[in-house]
Amino acid sequence: MAGIPHDHYEPKTGFEKWLHSRLPVVSLVYDTLMIPTPKNLNWMWIWGIVLAFCLALQIATGVVLVMHYTPHVDLAFASVEHIMRDVNGGAMLRYLHANGASLFFFAVYMHIFRGLYYGSYKAPREVTWIVGMLIYLMMMGTGFMGYVLPWGQMSFWGATVITGLFGAIPGIGPDIQTWLLGGPAVDNATLNRFFSLHYLLPFVIAALVAVHIWAFHTTGNNNPTGVEVRRGSKEEAKKDTVPFWPYYVVKDLFALAVIVAVFFAVVGFMPNYLGHPDNYIEANPLATPAHIVPEWYFLPFYAILRAFTADVWVVQFASWISFGIIDAKFFGVVAMFGAILCMALVPWLDTSSVRSGKYRPMFKWWFALLVIDFVVLMWCGAMPAEEPYATISLIASAYWFAYFLVILPLLGVIEKPLPQPATIEEDFKSHYPNAAE
Amino acid sequence: MFKKIALTAASVLALAGAAHAEGAAAHIEDVAFAHEGPFGKFDQNQLQRGLQVYTEVCAACHGLKFVPIRTLADEGGPALPGDQVRAYAASLDPVVNADGTERPREWTDKFPARSGEGMGPDLSLMAKARAAFHGPYGTGINQLMKGIGGPEYIVSILNGYAPNPECAPDGIDGYYYNTAFAAGGVPASCKDEHGLSTVPGSWIAMPPPVDDGSVEYQDGHDNSKHHISEDVASFLMWAAEPKMMARKQAGFVAVTFLIVLSALLYLTNKKLWSGVKGKAFEA
Repeated sequence: MAGIPHDHYEPKTGFEKWLHSRLPVVSLVYDTLMIPTPKNLNWMWIWGIVLAFCLALQIATGVVLVMHYTPHVDLAFASVEHIMRDVNGGAMLRYLHANGASLFFFAVYMHIFRGLYYGSYKAPREVTWIVGMLIYLMMMGTGFMGYVLPWGQMSFWGATVITGLFGAIPGIGPDIQTWLLGGPAVDNATLNRFFSLHYLLPFVIAALVAVHIWAFHTTGNNNPTGVEVRRGSKEEAKKDTVPFWPYYVVKDLFALAVIVAVFFAVVGFMPNYLGHPDNYIEANPLATPAHIVPEWYFLPFYAILRAFTADVWVVQFASWISFGIIDAKFFGVVAMFGAILCMALVPWLDTSSVRSGKYRPMFKWWFALLVIDFVVLMWCGAMPAEEPYATISLIASAYWFAYFLVILPLLGVIEKPLPQPATIEEDFKSHYPNAAE
Repeated sequence: MFKKIALTAASVLALAGAAHAEGAAAHIEDVAFAHEGPFGKFDQNQLQRGLQVYTEVCAACHGLKFVPIRTLADEGGPALPGDQVRAYAASLDPVVNADGTERPREWTDKFPARSGEGMGPDLSLMAKARAAFHGPYGTGINQLMKGIGGPEYIVSILNGYAPNPECAPDGIDGYYYNTAFAAGGVPASCKDEHGLSTVPGSWIAMPPPVDDGSVEYQDGHDNSKHHISEDVASFLMWAAEPKMMARKQAGFVAVTFLIVLSALLYLTNKKLWSGVKGKAFEA
């Protein structure tokens, strides 16, 4: 393995040797926990543990909720009320699960933007990044299908709108939509398959998380300087790193405790803050809510979906060049998925040889603008499709694409980076002059 | 005919989106309920009065089909004595069995449902299915102190009836003008050139249900229209969120525990890293 040189597990007792020659599981745990980790990681490196906690929380609460939930259009809404009123601790379990999804997405956005700023996606960590993007896609699918299960008004109409996106694909779209729904409209077949997949996908995510960790344990963690750990010898590597246990385990647990305290305050004192009141109205295919909005974590991409209306010149051009096959609806769908694809392809779009944004004076400003852009898109997604939000959405969507497709490729060529520290040890000592060798 | 107009108007308003409904500026007043805020508790006496209002007024047209009657005896709710709750259950509409026969309603049953011509929506979740507070700036953060605004919405609807505005002196036949109700129809004469309503609120099918003195409280509590509305709104908040007090208590315990744990982990972390960072650790 091309990892950072470090001490490996040596079986000592007779039993350890016996087990090790048959199944080196202790070795796996030891090497995973004792992995040399750059000693200069800052507080933006704690989101991974928060995400692991979220996955465990969602699976644990979800498994219990399933014991009391009924996936049927006539019974689902009532079974959720049964959980809220009759099941011991049921209200708490459901609020933990519903708000857990929000914490999950909050943490994943922090984690993704951490990666985007410190260049964690750059060689040799492209596979870690791609696997991470796959996890994010799976999370979106799982979150969306989970929101359908309570069978409230937003569940039903959200499912109708989102599956309608697939119907916008020219030619085969309507067939795909019918196939996804299991019928001509959102109904019992849809609810059942969403329930099945909502239970399955978290385990796929868990498997992908293992691959994600495997990948970055092979390359080693990135760090705020973007300078690699020295790998010439164990001694050299030790000057740049500390073992994950106990240093980062304790640090991560501290951060997790603080974040979970805030999480429990939300669950305990305002559990419906992030939900939509309309979802406490049972699904009614005959009454469309005044204002269909997805959950907050989908809003930025929902804004991109809606930004490209038929009067935008790129849409008109795409329609003209494709002889009308690409209409505004399909263009919006392509833009929404394209926005995520751009992010996934960032390892090959960013041409700069410098990894960390810390040493990229121009990049910093464009990145800050991207963060603002993301928040603006989120706000636009929650607003009705009218002026001035339509124009703001369009400008903000354009910047999202410009950042990945124009600015990042060009910056690598025109930007003059600042000097980087030679080693992680040097960076660490500049912060802590008395640091031990 | 007028019903058709009203329905069309309602659907147009609905399509125009919530912002337009807000443009009509339905007024929701803030009420300081006892159950609001992280430490807020339901006022048990108020819940009992609210149950009386629901039973004597609302129950004629509105069901509570998700609420088990036995929960009236639960801690953190109206907490009525068990025998009273059993007697109350028996006084409600009988349960119709699958074969069409009837049996008396038990306290283990749920409240009766209401459906059909002239009946209103179920009220089990009404206090959570309507939100009144979206601020500041659409962030909704004031929910932490004020709650989600559902009970305020109910109070405002019950007190929002007003004479027909000047733009439509005859109103809509069979409907009542209500300044707090945003989801209903508005006559064309009350719309501007963009089709936006020029009056606050809209027309609602429910006749004004309560007035001063509609309900006579046994404890002699003030039975003005506003007090009756507040009492029933508080009761409906409990009906929608019966585990609110247990939830807040669990939240308080969890947050306290996690703050202590955070402090301990902070010190552990500081001591642990002091060697690496070459700092003296004193604690």
